[in-house]
Amino acid sequence: MSTPNSHSELRVENLCMTYHTEDGQDVHALEDINFNMDEGNLVVVVGPSGCGKTTLLSTIAGFLAPTSGRILLNGEEIEKPGAERGVVFQKGALFEWLTVYENSVFGLKMRGVDEAKRHERVMNYLDLVGLTDFVDTPIYNLSGGMQQRVAIVRCLANNPSILLMDEPLGALDALTREKMQTLILKIWKETGKMVFFITHSVEEAIYLATDLFVMSARPGKIMKRYKLDFCHKGLEKDPRELKSDPEFIKIREEVLSLIWSMEEETAAHAG
Amino acid sequence: MEAALTKFKNFLGFAAEDDFEKKKTVKFGDPSAAGQGRKWSVLSLIIILTAWVVLCELEIVPPLFWPSPLAVLEKFWTIATEGYRGHTLLGHFLISLYRVMAGFLLGTICGVLLGIAMGLSSVVRGLFDPIIELYRPVPPLAYIPIIIIWMGIGDGGKIMLLFLATFAIMVINARSGVKSVSVEKIHAAYSLGANRWQVLRHVILVNALPEIFTGMRVSMGVCWATLVAAEMVAATAGLGWMVLNAARYLRTDIVIMGVIVMGIVGYGFDMIMRLLEDKLIPWKGKT
Repeated sequence: MSTPNSHSELRVENLCMTYHTEDGQDVHALEDINFNMDEGNLVVVVGPSGCGKTTLLSTIAGFLAPTSGRILLNGEEIEKPGAERGVVFQKGALFEWLTVYENSVFGLKMRGVDEAKRHERVMNYLDLVGLTDFVDTPIYNLSGGMQQRVAIVRCLANNPSILLMDEPLGALDALTREKMQTLILKIWKETGKMVFFITHSVEEAIYLATDLFVMSARPGKIMKRYKLDFCHKGLEKDPRELKSDPEFIKIREEVLSLIWSMEEETAAHAG
Repeated sequence: MEAALTKFKNFLGFAAEDDFEKKKTVKFGDPSAAGQGRKWSVLSLIIILTAWVVLCELEIVPPLFWPSPLAVLEKFWTIATEGYRGHTLLGHFLISLYRVMAGFLLGTICGVLLGIAMGLSSVVRGLFDPIIELYRPVPPLAYIPIIIIWMGIGDGGKIMLLFLATFAIMVINARSGVKSVSVEKIHAAYSLGANRWQVLRHVILVNALPEIFTGMRVSMGVCWATLVAAEMVAATAGLGWMVLNAARYLRTDIVIMGVIVMGIVGYGFDMIMRLLEDKLIPWKGKT
């Protein structure tokens, strides 16, 4: 598969996001977020609800402008959405009036890529995710897992530097979810793209991440960072076996209790 | 032969009850258990027709008030071939159809354009909201006096009236269609490299189509009802006028025939709109 010609990297520097609520309070959705990403990194963010995970993704995607700090993709500051950052949403972002192929080719068509080239690229990726038999199927006739595969393909077709995934597997049933996790690893390995991934599932996070960030809520900060390597074994070993590995379980419980204690703290404050 | 018979039975609603449905213990209140009830529709039509024939044959109701089905059918044939006051039935129908189509199409085009602009811009919305909200609840027929004063009793006045009726409905529907797009779709389109114009054309407009179409179906029905009433007030031809004129001379058979034709035409319009909807917007309601 193709790799970007030039080296890709993402730098997030002193990122802060504050906004005023209607009753006059300041909400610190993000406070002093710093991290770098390089090609081959798969960053996964977990944290209690309301910790600013989605806000962070939205600023990288360019949907929100930060209060202070900056985000640089390949040396250029991010100001608005762009095709070099593909975004996969939890659901509802596909165009249900188009077929699988038409959805996949949407970005290339909008950007004026010629027909032969876009056909080749899209068919390549549809093959990678196993959807070649469904090119002419309307989106609304696909299962949730297949819809998410289309959502990934339409981003990949643009050959972005980074894939931003906002709980992409959150709406799927447990079995489909596990299969999709393996598929995401496969796509990540074959394309070599940077992936920034948000999830509620700690198990999913540990399975996929090269870098795992645990965030805290209000102020939204990165509390703890882990360097992990289960994702490198994920394609060779049986996923269930890997997920019941003692080392895996140890980290999982550690992260879970961290998040639990934060949730309880917020609940105590609210009470 | 066997298959055709089953198909006909199914059409009439006498299909064998679904085995799974039979096993449901909760039937009262379950919307799917209530079913179509088509066999009861067939039954009610048969009862109505029989009652009509019997009442007329026994001369319980004088034909002046309620003519027999045969007389009505006969009138249908005479007026279809020989005409009524200068136009055949088809002629009257075409005159009415022309008025409806002209008012409906003009109202749809202008209403959709303004509705989209109102959905996209708070300035446009703010400017036009008071006008639309004030004139929308007024029944279109209430404009007839002023329209007659302005435009007389020709086609222009009727087209104007139907334009007004369609316009308000289409503005409201197009506006809410534009508003119904999910922010994820808009974000996704920009992230895929679309510019503003492309987002408008390929996402916002297409996404609004189902609601625009619902508006068209509703306003088609309103147009037809309004037109017939308008023709009764002021016209020299058209289906509504034909019925009113016939009533003046106590030609009850023509009146009944005209009313039935209007009903069938109105129903036909709705059928055509539904068919178009299925063909053009197959994704409707399937998010």
